[in-house]
Amino acid sequence: MVLKLRNDFFHSVLLDEEKCKGCTHCIRRCPTEAIRVKGGKARIDEERCIDCGECIRTCPNHAKYAQTDPLDAIQRFKYSIALPAPAFYPQFPPSISIGKLINGLLSLGFHEVFEVARGAEILAEEIKKYLLSKDIPKPVISSACPAVVRMVEEKFPSLTGTLLPLDTPLGIAAHTARLRAMKKGYHSEEVGVFFITPCPAKVTEVRQSSDDKGRIDGAISISQVYSRIINILDELDEQSSLQLASWKGIGWARSGGEQESLNEGEYVAVDGIHNVMSVFEKIEMGELSGVLYCEAQACVGGCIGGVLGVQNPFLSKVNVQQLVKKYPAYRELEDREWKELVRERVFLRRHPFVASDVLKLDTDYRKALEKYQTIENILENLPGLDCGACGSPTCRALAEDVVREKAQEIDCPFLLREKMLGLSREIFDLASKVPQTMNEERGMQKIESNPDRGTSEGKSGG
Amino acid sequence: MADRDPLYEVSREIVGADFQSSGDISGELKKILLQAGFPPPFIRRIVIAAYEAEMNVVIHAFKGTFTTVIYHDKVHININDEGPGIPDLELAFQEGYSTAPPHVRELGFGAGYGLSNMRKCSDALEIDSRVGVGTRVSMDFLVNSQRDGAEVEK
Repeated sequence: MVLKLRNDFFHSVLLDEEKCKGCTHCIRRCPTEAIRVKGGKARIDEERCIDCGECIRTCPNHAKYAQTDPLDAIQRFKYSIALPAPAFYPQFPPSISIGKLINGLLSLGFHEVFEVARGAEILAEEIKKYLLSKDIPKPVISSACPAVVRMVEEKFPSLTGTLLPLDTPLGIAAHTARLRAMKKGYHSEEVGVFFITPCPAKVTEVRQSSDDKGRIDGAISISQVYSRIINILDELDEQSSLQLASWKGIGWARSGGEQESLNEGEYVAVDGIHNVMSVFEKIEMGELSGVLYCEAQACVGGCIGGVLGVQNPFLSKVNVQQLVKKYPAYRELEDREWKELVRERVFLRRHPFVASDVLKLDTDYRKALEKYQTIENILENLPGLDCGACGSPTCRALAEDVVREKAQEIDCPFLLREKMLGLSREIFDLASKVPQTMNEERGMQKIESNPDRGTSEGKSGG
Repeated sequence: MADRDPLYEVSREIVGADFQSSGDISGELKKILLQAGFPPPFIRRIVIAAYEAEMNVVIHAFKGTFTTVIYHDKVHININDEGPGIPDLELAFQEGYSTAPPHVRELGFGAGYGLSNMRKCSDALEIDSRVGVGTRVSMDFLVNSQRDGAEVEK
């Protein structure tokens, strides 16, 4: 398969060729049908991959992995700031205070910690304002999960206009944290902002972050940090002056947290990328138009379900509930602080949402429709088992691959077998024909005696 | 001329009261239009109207046939159903007016915006209904309709 490589396609989900056995678990699970098995190895189509991490979760050989930064990367900067995801806290038992976890991050060499949960609660206030504006298409779809955003752009292009046009909690936290460091006298280049990430899609967001003050310099997996902190927790102080976030932002770690931080109203919260797709189908058909805001996360359970976490997401969810109770006091931003964030354009979404045309069969829709008909015709000859043995996730996907000249019909083992059967019949038929120069009787004999050679013929050798 | 020939045609049967598969036909239509590369806003309004029409058959009729024909300059949808028909069309077009039974409304369907939504989304709508026999709905969506913004590549 030819992969179209464009510069803007950075992907954090990668394949370890050594470990890949060419099984077909991942191709069936991928929500955008971005994976094919070719030459015995899985290949990820960069144009289609949304970095959701489903293949990492499902691979029995652990051949898929997410590229993150090593903790050493923070050494490159004079002043490094850790941005822990809300999903970082519930990895630990709720008896461990957030202050302690912040102190843990500082002990790893960070100079400062700024909570993404704080970014989330600041964002929540902006979302409230946005939802009050008139003439916005409803429901507004949350743009906090980058995998969901990519999913909309690729498979639900008509919904790109309904995505929340504000930056993510991460983007807002990164920007705010950098501004704070600069106020302390550091130059922007001296400040390294690192996200402690639960998922590969966020790693991609980090790599694609803008070049200005909203820049994020790296993404370190929660699992990496967890293993460093877990053994030193006893030595750390309970309190930290850097602990700012309340239930409002902490709750964003799991599905439903966004809507809880907003005003009363009709909301939908959906988690798990396949569930998200089924809800988006409904939104596209005009259902849910009475709903104000749709919270959607690619991972089951929300960010706590991210593949770079360590705790079981359902246990994490219990921890989040506890934490939400434990930190009830939301600290409102002062007017002066708001004005500064607005002036610095902290809430502005840097990358516009772009409807992708990756599903298009041809640039000319007449030709595209001809191709669609060809797909339907090919499908009629395929067994419809969706077994994946051809390397494409479904029979329809194989038919599409054939039309896109990325595969052949004969890649289907059932079709191959049928062809071979037909061919062998033809060979048999041909072999039964007697050349004119040959005695008819003898010719027939020869064929018939074929199964147990040596009884009626070929005695000469014996 | 060839321009008047259909580029693609697909016909599907709708079974009345089959809520489980309702939306499948509109979903398939959406996929065809996406793969054909029509502009997203154009696809959106077709899918909303198609879904409303499909649901109307599921909610009210015994069975129906849903036919889509794609031409170079428009998408034509025709739905024929065998069902109760619409006694008062004018009333049916009023927003909020519905004859859907309560158990259907409880499912979130039949809120009474079906026909007016279909009218809003399409460029031409024709309804022919005979009480006790059935209803024929025909809708046209023009490819280069200004409302869809982006020009379709020719």
